[in-house]
Amino acid sequence: MKTGFRFSTFMLWAGLIFIYAPMVILVIYSFNASRLVTVWGGWSVNWYIALLDNNQLISAVFRSLEIALYTAVAAVVLGTLAAFVLTRITRFKGRTLFGGLVTAPLVMPEVITGLSLLLLFVAMAQLLGWPAERGIVTIWIAHTTFCSSYVAVVVSARLRELDMSIEEAAMDLGARPWKVFLLITIPMIAPSLAAGGMMSFALSLDDLVLASFVSGPGSTTLPMEVFSQVRLGVKPEINAIASLILLVVSLFTFLVWFFTRRAEVRRRRAVQAAIEDAAANSGQPDPRRAGSPATVA
Amino acid sequence: MKTSKLKRYLPGGRQAVIGIPFLWLFLFFMLPFFIVLKISFAEADVAIPPYTDLVQFAEDKIDIALNLANYLLLGDDDLYFAAYFGSVKMAFISTLLCLLIGYPMAYAISVAKKETQTVLLLLIMMPTWTAILIRVYAWMGILSNNGLLNGFLQFIGVIDQPLQILNTNLAVYIGIVYSYLPFMILPLFANLVKHDQSLLEASSDLGSSRFNSFWKITVPLSKNGIIAGCMLVFIPVVGEFVIPELLGGPETLMIGKVLWQEFFNNRDWPVASALAVVMLAILIVPIVLFNRSQAKELEGRA
Repeated sequence: MKTGFRFSTFMLWAGLIFIYAPMVILVIYSFNASRLVTVWGGWSVNWYIALLDNNQLISAVFRSLEIALYTAVAAVVLGTLAAFVLTRITRFKGRTLFGGLVTAPLVMPEVITGLSLLLLFVAMAQLLGWPAERGIVTIWIAHTTFCSSYVAVVVSARLRELDMSIEEAAMDLGARPWKVFLLITIPMIAPSLAAGGMMSFALSLDDLVLASFVSGPGSTTLPMEVFSQVRLGVKPEINAIASLILLVVSLFTFLVWFFTRRAEVRRRRAVQAAIEDAAANSGQPDPRRAGSPATVA
Repeated sequence: MKTSKLKRYLPGGRQAVIGIPFLWLFLFFMLPFFIVLKISFAEADVAIPPYTDLVQFAEDKIDIALNLANYLLLGDDDLYFAAYFGSVKMAFISTLLCLLIGYPMAYAISVAKKETQTVLLLLIMMPTWTAILIRVYAWMGILSNNGLLNGFLQFIGVIDQPLQILNTNLAVYIGIVYSYLPFMILPLFANLVKHDQSLLEASSDLGSSRFNSFWKITVPLSKNGIIAGCMLVFIPVVGEFVIPELLGGPETLMIGKVLWQEFFNNRDWPVASALAVVMLAILIVPIVLFNRSQAKELEGRA
């Protein structure tokens, strides 16, 4: 029993070290005073201060944040609709095609998606005169398309776990479908909507290839800016901006963990309270009755 | 009743719910492929956009010229064949490495306590939220000739001369396995965590060795997770651009990089389109496999 367990645990820790060591090293070296990236010259925050003077970089950061925000909103809406269709509407014409369209963007190589979207935008500009120039809107469309697939996967996983009897009960009591969706389904899947939104935000902030294809002159995003500098080799300023991004992402992750944990603790307390309640009322604990408040929470 | 008449012509709620995501994905995901296919038959031209039209009106006749030169070029030049072969080989080996490293990790997470599981999953997922560019960039500093790894190896006296790792295929393998490992672990975990432990207990009660039960019960049951994980790694890696560009060297021939150069450096959009069409043709079987396993997963009958 023990040998196999030890091997997989060992692999887990080795794997985690493999994943995190390079990032830790990157952060440490961003505080290196020496301009030579590989020689340690003492601690310093010079490179962070230098970032503030880099106007080009800062405008790229804001452009990327803007696109990421729009993408997160649109991807959550589209992805949730797609997930709802896939899990709740089991029969309609073209369902297989629909499923394929939702999952294929997850794996499609970015160079193919990027090239094809650019050619679409060029063809549309020729035929319809729109988009006249490529920029934030075209990047937003590209990002929304692949992010909504990620949202659809996350949300449909949650939709499948849901107890459908609550929705059915509301329908039986005469609620219209859209009302059921807004008042019952949405609140129950809210955590996965938030998770999907954050994921889309991060994915959009992170994308280089799609943005390079569909952006126009003057709409450089942060990854494009970083890439053009990284190509020339390792630079201390890039270490600093990379560390900042890592910091933001780890903060994000910590918050996600914190909130899911709190929700879990609350849920457990609600279950506990319900069990005690039931025990006090009927004189004996009844686990079945305790189950319903837990699913609502 | 005016409203009911109006209602008949307006799409109902059901159609709208299906129609909105369907239209979006059709317009911005599927339709573009047909345009790529069309342009792959065009000729490069010095114009905006830089390709010729397939359909021309001349003397009251519609003239459709399908130009196969781009595909013939792909067949003629060994460079393209080598790039396709290099990409598939690179993707195959890295997928295998990811599976070998990722499976034990996913297994360890699936048997951990619930509380620890959430933390471990977040630790695995966090890197996927961080720019791939930054994670690859971190390796550039480590693997370079005067980088940390060479410095360390020289310090402990294993080597005298720095090893050339950056700008070789080895660096690309490291970068790919590093970047795609989470995409292997997550679907494997999602599958492994659903397994019924009583099956393993039963087999061990009947005298099966631990490895035997693992090989004959756990591995076959996790087939869908293995397929999903492998496809999530294999398909994008075939078209990978960032990692070979930053970590690879002259010996690294990958199709994503070639397509990028044809498009951005040579501005030959038709050849880039032809490259994309052939790449898609190579990937169509894995993509269909992935979609099937995903459809099962999405509908919950896995």
